[in-house]
Amino acid sequence: MAGHNPWPNEGNTGHIWDEDIRELDNPPPLWWMLAFYAGFVMIIFYAIYYPTIPLANGFTKGVAGWTAVKEYEESYNELKAWRKAKFADKEEALASKPLNEIMKNEDLKLYAVATSKMLFGDNCAACHGAGGMGNPNFPVLADDDWLWGGHINQIYASIANGRVGNMPARGLMGNLSDDEIEKVADYVMALSEGKGNDPSVAAGKAIYAKGMCVACHGPTGKPVAPNGAANLTDKIWRFVPANDGSCTLMDEQTQRDAVVRTIKYGVNVKKNGQLIDCTRQAVMPAWKERLGEKEVKRLAIYVHELGGGQ
Amino acid sequence: MSELNRDGTKASLLDEYEVNSKTLEEIGVEILPVNTGKTVHAKRIPGHYRTLKWIAASVWLTLFFGPYLRWNGEQAILWDLPNRQFHFFGITILPQDIWVLAMILLFFALLLAAVTAIAGRVWCGYFCFHTVWTDVFTWLEEKFEGPPAKRIKLDQQPLNWEKIKIKLPKHLVWLLIGFATSFSFLAFFTDAFDLWKRLFHLDLGKWEWLTIIVLGLATYFFAGFMREQVCIGFCPYARIQGAMIDEATVVPTYDKDRGEPRAQMKERNAYVREVLQRLKKEGEEQKLMEQFLAEGMDERAAKKKVQETLRQRANEEADRHFGDCIDCHLCVDVCPTGVDIRLGQQFGCITCGLCIDACDSIMEKIKKPKGLIRYASLDDFLGKETPPWYKRPRVLIYITVMSIAAGLLLWKLTHLDPIDVKALHDRAPLFVQMSDGTIQNKYTVKIVNKTPNKMMAKISVEGPEGLVYLTDRVVPVEPGTVGQAIVRVRLPKSALKEGRVPIRIIVQDQNHPEIKSTYESVFIGPKH
Repeated sequence: MAGHNPWPNEGNTGHIWDEDIRELDNPPPLWWMLAFYAGFVMIIFYAIYYPTIPLANGFTKGVAGWTAVKEYEESYNELKAWRKAKFADKEEALASKPLNEIMKNEDLKLYAVATSKMLFGDNCAACHGAGGMGNPNFPVLADDDWLWGGHINQIYASIANGRVGNMPARGLMGNLSDDEIEKVADYVMALSEGKGNDPSVAAGKAIYAKGMCVACHGPTGKPVAPNGAANLTDKIWRFVPANDGSCTLMDEQTQRDAVVRTIKYGVNVKKNGQLIDCTRQAVMPAWKERLGEKEVKRLAIYVHELGGGQ
Repeated sequence: MSELNRDGTKASLLDEYEVNSKTLEEIGVEILPVNTGKTVHAKRIPGHYRTLKWIAASVWLTLFFGPYLRWNGEQAILWDLPNRQFHFFGITILPQDIWVLAMILLFFALLLAAVTAIAGRVWCGYFCFHTVWTDVFTWLEEKFEGPPAKRIKLDQQPLNWEKIKIKLPKHLVWLLIGFATSFSFLAFFTDAFDLWKRLFHLDLGKWEWLTIIVLGLATYFFAGFMREQVCIGFCPYARIQGAMIDEATVVPTYDKDRGEPRAQMKERNAYVREVLQRLKKEGEEQKLMEQFLAEGMDERAAKKKVQETLRQRANEEADRHFGDCIDCHLCVDVCPTGVDIRLGQQFGCITCGLCIDACDSIMEKIKKPKGLIRYASLDDFLGKETPPWYKRPRVLIYITVMSIAAGLLLWKLTHLDPIDVKALHDRAPLFVQMSDGTIQNKYTVKIVNKTPNKMMAKISVEGPEGLVYLTDRVVPVEPGTVGQAIVRVRLPKSALKEGRVPIRIIVQDQNHPEIKSTYESVFIGPKH
């Protein structure tokens, strides 16, 4: 071991590195020891003040009554109060101003969008998907297709009061045969591709008139005004082949199959107060009671901004 | 198992192992003592390196007046932490460009390495803030308390009113410098004049008070009390730089061949006298006298000349017998870290050159050539030729890296993008089918305005044929802030053969059309 020790009398342990770094065996300084003992005294007060000692059935609660959850709640409430105070004027404007006016105020609009994400996620995304991306047979909100109208007031009305889709089975009078339905389905498929006047679907076009589809879907396949009926001339299908086992009466493979099912069994068609088999379900609940007017307004703006409403 | 040794003690398991741990001394390293005890009270003498040290130290004056420099009416150097901006003479560096700072750090790290490889611990000896502050503090100490001998005496005196009266002004001035230092440091982080105003109104924030007090007291404590102990005991750079020195590095070195064996004047004079006596005994005096008389001198002149010649011979012999070092200890007395340079280069030496000044002044007095202690490399003393710095690979490597860092830095500062654009592709939904059969993607475009002027950003999108985009016409962006806009881009399905196509989002400032930035993004659609 280290035979040479240039500092024999300073009380080092004989461990020397790098010429002069050596391990000394000095007692710690007084101030350090005092701080060390102060730590012991401190722990006693700590143990009395805070929850500290584990017991068989719990732990000592401490005289301060402190808990982590309580502290969290306090600071969360503080944050909530801070937010409430900071955005009070915006909230007030959102509650009192009509939607047209809010939409003109860029700042307020962005505020409404920014504060809606959680609200939408909690209440809407289950059906309409995150960001309004839609789900099979639940409308996409990020596109430009609005069955009930894409104006901010129309969107508000849809959310506030809900919407119930309504399409009778087998035409307005319920008198279309299976064969006629096949033909009108061909016509509807052609409409979507912009080939509604093609001679090959002339028979279907006649049945479209006979089944009084015109009443809702319009003479050209496009509703005259938003009424919940799908625009048949565009590329968006309200109902797609879902194949989720909800319909046992027919096999749904292609988009045409889905169209046939919708025409055959309608939307929300009831018999004796019960939905009939294979009918489409399209119900948007009313939210005004549940969320209040201000929150519905907020959501309407958010939805409007998702896809660029009209 | 328990075998007994010859002397009857129990054999240890360790006995079987060969213990070949070697002390540093065994492997030929001389262990040099460093001062870890009493305060070093270094003498201060004028000289070449002393002057250089003051010039180098004056670099730190920038710390004190730097915050008050203005540029275009703004503080020239400002670390605006709350707004995440760094202002440097009109250039604004935002967090996006913070790698510039890394380049600065890299440059200076390599500069340190390069300079150390060439000329030793130049940083430690001349520029390090600890060295400089300590130097100023001890200079003040001398002004207040007198030369080292007086100071040592004062230190030994018991604490009484007289001592306090002498010591107090020094401590007050030290504290003042300490707080001036911390205050000036703080002034780089906030508006300096406003800081003064708020100081007089006692209206500083909690952290500002804390910074001034803690940093000020630390300055007082480290420069006033810890001094060379910081260099010897705490500072990692001292050790790192020690490792950067090699055989070709010039550092203050004692010329052992010339200086040894050392002898104090007393010893030397005794030797001269001895030689004189010997010469006289050998009859040299007589011989010379006859010689000078024969040369035609009168008796008096010849007698004088004889004494001179003898003395000269004796001195010459003393010179041959002794080295040039007269062991006057001045080189140790002036050393701010209290090392003895005559023991060779050592980590306690901060290569400040003050011992060179000291030794040169003595050499001048005893009429010997200067440079007994001088800047020289190990190679010089071994008789090898030291390669010039531009032929030493390590210096060249350091300088190469330095140049790269400096080049990148300069390039960035001259090409600081006035605008920074990022486009975030909306993920939910990735794309949407529109009623006319086109596919729509949504992007959030973020525009960072790094110019001092308000920006009217116009967004346009380029991509395959049939691309349509919808966005706000112009986005106003305030200086130093981030503007945001939603861009909806539509493409016909026919343009989406692979499911994803590249598009370019172009942002142009309408106020200054030359400010333009393009962001490459991607358009995503359904795969066929």
